[in-house]
Amino acid sequence: MIAFFSWVHQALTWGTVLKMVAGALIVLFFLLGAVTYMLYFERKVIGWMQLRIGPNRVGPLGLFQSFADILKLLAKEDIVPAEADKPLFLIAPIVAFIPSFAVMAVIPWTASHVFTADIAVALLYYLALSSITIVGIMLGGWASNNKYSLIGGMRSAAQMISYEIPLGMSLLGVILLAGSLNIVDIVEAQRRFMWFVVPQFLGFCVFIVAATAELNRTPFDLPEAESELVAGYHTEYSGFRFAFYMLAEYLYVFAISCLGATLFFGGWSGPLLPGWLWFAIKVTAFIFFFFWLRATMPRIRVDQLMSFSWKFLLPLALVNIVLTSIIKYWVNAG
Amino acid sequence: MTAYWNSYLFVVIFIVIAIGLPVVALALGGWLRPANPYQEKLEPYESGAEPVGSAHVRYNARYYLFALLFVVFDVEILFLYPWAVAFHELGLFGLIEALIFMAMLVIGLVYAWRKKVLEWK
Repeated sequence: MIAFFSWVHQALTWGTVLKMVAGALIVLFFLLGAVTYMLYFERKVIGWMQLRIGPNRVGPLGLFQSFADILKLLAKEDIVPAEADKPLFLIAPIVAFIPSFAVMAVIPWTASHVFTADIAVALLYYLALSSITIVGIMLGGWASNNKYSLIGGMRSAAQMISYEIPLGMSLLGVILLAGSLNIVDIVEAQRRFMWFVVPQFLGFCVFIVAATAELNRTPFDLPEAESELVAGYHTEYSGFRFAFYMLAEYLYVFAISCLGATLFFGGWSGPLLPGWLWFAIKVTAFIFFFFWLRATMPRIRVDQLMSFSWKFLLPLALVNIVLTSIIKYWVNAG
Repeated sequence: MTAYWNSYLFVVIFIVIAIGLPVVALALGGWLRPANPYQEKLEPYESGAEPVGSAHVRYNARYYLFALLFVVFDVEILFLYPWAVAFHELGLFGLIEALIFMAMLVIGLVYAWRKKVLEWK
């Protein structure tokens, strides 16, 4: 079945292109389903942690709750404020969404590369595209012509660019060890050596903190601090444009979880169980961790937020790179 | 070579779908959603109070400083990525070279720190 979709080594004909489109569409629908149930999972997990039940009315155990929410959003009016910068306001959520799905092209789901582009610059591609979302968020905040949106958008941009530096640097240790930017090669390197979370523990700590901030999730959810900014950059958005902002946000939670599982925990490799199941287990553990954080941590202050990245995470990531390169040189030479 | 071009074509297909989904969904949604704008609805929501003035104002210059710092360090990462990939071939020369490069950026960070650019007040 999987072999039917294989396109990697086939000459480029319309049939091959059709297989690629089929593969990409399968990933799309899988992700839409995954995000739908991530929303449900998040509400249930936080519900249990707060001794509530969570959604339980729509369908058995509330399983259809997210579908109901999406349908409701689809049927809501698409309000464009009179004072808003209309063209920018309309395209901003689309700009924010596009990279969130495009980065999924390089995630290695299983050992067979049917749904994965096996490109040499995969990690660079991920980082480069994921920063475009910041533009979409800032555009949305500015174009709304609402003070809360503007503050939310600016905070968001400042936070995301500040934490992108430690995030990119924490990955450098992994690249040093694997000697490749190709995510598939990085998984193979871990199969030969060991999970990179062991030699790169410092790098992993920086990664997980920077990733949480990059996702604008608690304890770094200042851009959407509802008690002070209404809803931050998407205050003025309604209906499906709002839905695309939320979709982008949750796709990034999924993507960062995939990245963490692949770069530090060996991706799809593991004993006994099939590759896709290992990958699913690791990614779910990451997603659960992000939801768990939200239920546990209070929000940090804005002055702590910026200095934490520049004064603590960045030097720590630099130390990690220096240590990793020196040790790797020493091991290679000795 | 086939695998190379096929993989990049796959990436292009992902980007096309990523553009297509919101465009199609928002166009189709136009048939489903109501459109009944009136003046009160189109005002910016600022917790119920009537908004005073425009939000398109001059903004705090502090953000600009962080953006400048970001550019410096993002370019540094961009330079270090190829170095990390080729590290096992570069030997001692590559190691010392990169350490000097990072040391110079650390000087920049210390300068920004001392100048209190990193404070948020």
